[in-house]
Amino acid sequence: MSTWTRKDLTGLDELTAAEITFLLDTARAFKGVGERSLKKVPALRGKTLVNFFVEPSTRTRTSFEVAAMRLSADVVNISATASSLQKGETLKDTALNLQALQADIIVLRHSSPGSSRFLAERLDSSIINAGDGAHEHPTQGLLDIFTIREKFGRIEGLNIAIVGDILFSRVARSNIFGLLKLGANVTLVGPSTLVPKSFEKLGVRVSHRLDDILAEVDVVNLLRIQHERQRKEYFPGLGEYVSLFGLTKARAAKLKPSCLIMHPGPINRGVEIDSDIADGHQSVILEQVTNGIAVRMAVLYSCAGGAGVPT
Amino acid sequence: MKKITRIANGRVIDPANHRDETADLWMADGKIIDPIPGKETETIDATGLVVAPGLIDIHVHLREPGQSHKETMASGTRAAAAGGFTTVVAMPNTNPSADSAATITWIKEKAAREACVNVLCTGAITKGLKGEELAPVGSLFNAGVVALTDDGHCIQNNEIMRRAVEYARMFGLTVMDHCQDYSIVGDGIMHEGEWSLRLGLPGWPRAGEEMIVARNIMLAELCDSPIHCQHISSGGSVRLIREARARGIKISGEVCAHHIALTDATLAAFDSNFKMNPPLRTQEDIEAIIAGIADGTLTILCSDHAPHASYEKEVEIDHAPFGITGLETEFAIFHDILVQKRQAIDLPRLIALFTSEPAALLKLDRGTLSSGAAADVVLIDPKLDWTFDKNQSASLSKNTPFHGHTWRGRAVRTIVSGETVWTLAA
Repeated sequence: MSTWTRKDLTGLDELTAAEITFLLDTARAFKGVGERSLKKVPALRGKTLVNFFVEPSTRTRTSFEVAAMRLSADVVNISATASSLQKGETLKDTALNLQALQADIIVLRHSSPGSSRFLAERLDSSIINAGDGAHEHPTQGLLDIFTIREKFGRIEGLNIAIVGDILFSRVARSNIFGLLKLGANVTLVGPSTLVPKSFEKLGVRVSHRLDDILAEVDVVNLLRIQHERQRKEYFPGLGEYVSLFGLTKARAAKLKPSCLIMHPGPINRGVEIDSDIADGHQSVILEQVTNGIAVRMAVLYSCAGGAGVPT
Repeated sequence: MKKITRIANGRVIDPANHRDETADLWMADGKIIDPIPGKETETIDATGLVVAPGLIDIHVHLREPGQSHKETMASGTRAAAAGGFTTVVAMPNTNPSADSAATITWIKEKAAREACVNVLCTGAITKGLKGEELAPVGSLFNAGVVALTDDGHCIQNNEIMRRAVEYARMFGLTVMDHCQDYSIVGDGIMHEGEWSLRLGLPGWPRAGEEMIVARNIMLAELCDSPIHCQHISSGGSVRLIREARARGIKISGEVCAHHIALTDATLAAFDSNFKMNPPLRTQEDIEAIIAGIADGTLTILCSDHAPHASYEKEVEIDHAPFGITGLETEFAIFHDILVQKRQAIDLPRLIALFTSEPAALLKLDRGTLSSGAAADVVLIDPKLDWTFDKNQSASLSKNTPFHGHTWRGRAVRTIVSGETVWTLAA
């Protein structure tokens, strides 16, 4: 029996370690496709994928689009402004219409936690969560884990710090769930308002002092920090944030030489990460983007394709 | 010939009169009467059943006027009867809100035509439930409201709440409050804790309720007038109310069945039938609430029956309205948990929490089997195991988290003013 029997990917919290490992191994097999001159396999030929993005996104949508094209699927992009949700149609009705248009796969980005699961329970199409509010962003979590595993050959026993706005971050949650299942030690770092101590109930460690953990970590994953729009009561300002939690040159110098610096993008140069450090030799930020294609190919193929990886 | 009914050989429990004995109960002309052996024209066999005053739920949303797609007087009161209730108290957050004598009169007339149980009205505390200026409390009182509340909303301005309580005192009206501090709760939709962190849903912390409970205790003391805290969800609120009552302050609290039956972990599937306000909390809160019921801190049990159409509920969880139905399930849930499984209270006390206690709080001439009282009676089978099927529900709406749940005990026959309005199908 195959390890993977799901039609949807709505989150990493519900997956077993074996299922996560299966997706990572499948992604490794697909990564080679992007390194050929003919970057295409017929794995999803004849399948229709709808990128249904109710929240704006460029990089995730593009990554799914590239992944689908490399698998020979046909891709339709729908954005919030063009959708009937603006006209008062419910998410359920809009999605039923997409299914009636015979979409095999719906990639959903939506501001509501649980929205992907909501559709997955109601539609026959495969639903791939491309971010549901502050809940999960499973393909981002997988590509982060894939990148770490590619560099270290393992996840188990690694010390991984995730820094920033954890409370509102779907990227953080998917990383936490996936990394813990694979045996990593996860430390969340940030201001006490955005990284409340109660996160420790999930099995992670919480720290409010970035300087204390720099020397011990194998990976530091920096999340994008938002302030102007919605976080005014959570911390006083970006200047203070940088002074306490920014990965400055001085802080980066305390990292182990082997420590990876990651960021899901888009980065704020000079805020969560020093500009030179972002471009430095420890940074794998752009490799994450490339790996994202392979991971998304693996997810699309596993949920909507057949058995085994085509070569 | 005049109908004289003898309910024969049941366990008659009438907490208002400290009565618990196997006996016959007699009714005629819509009233409870003293026994007149041999004169009965109708006999109802109650062998093996409990015969109790018809249950009272002081926290029900009947949705009329204005929201008859969710519930009507007819459907809501049928659900009440099926749950063993002979009297329900309707909340004022209708459309228009029940903030005028005209609306109260409309509700009472609609109820008189369509309702199969007694419908009593609350009036709004403030105009339009906006929390800004007092509703015409005197006219509402004259129109027959039994209490005041802005339920669904909470008056944030402490001065307005204070004056409302002081003003209501002149009419002997209890002010009931939905305890929610808006600045702390924000857009919270579930208990703030491990599960809200895990699910990425905005948290609704206990403190958002406890702050207003504390405020109400202080205002009840300041005004020396009663304030009733609706749908208590937090263990901290129980502690505050217990301490205040020990000091003689006129504060009371009520409990909804779902708040002792379910925890926040049930939100894991993002099902909006587990979304209500205040939210489901933790096992610790459940323990504190059960302890509060057992020691007399919390004196009212209710449903907060809040029907919504399926198309309104079946949306993204943060867009779905708060609330679940509950009239048909609450007695069974409380009985199963409090009396059967936990043995926190006995059956007579459970009956009291549904009859004499709410009648005392709102000064109702109901909730007793005294001779001369209205013949509102419920027959309960305390040993019947049954499974709730939402598709058999009498409510217009099916937004319940309890579909398929099994409990022990339920009403089997509901009698209002001497007339049987509902019987459990065999």
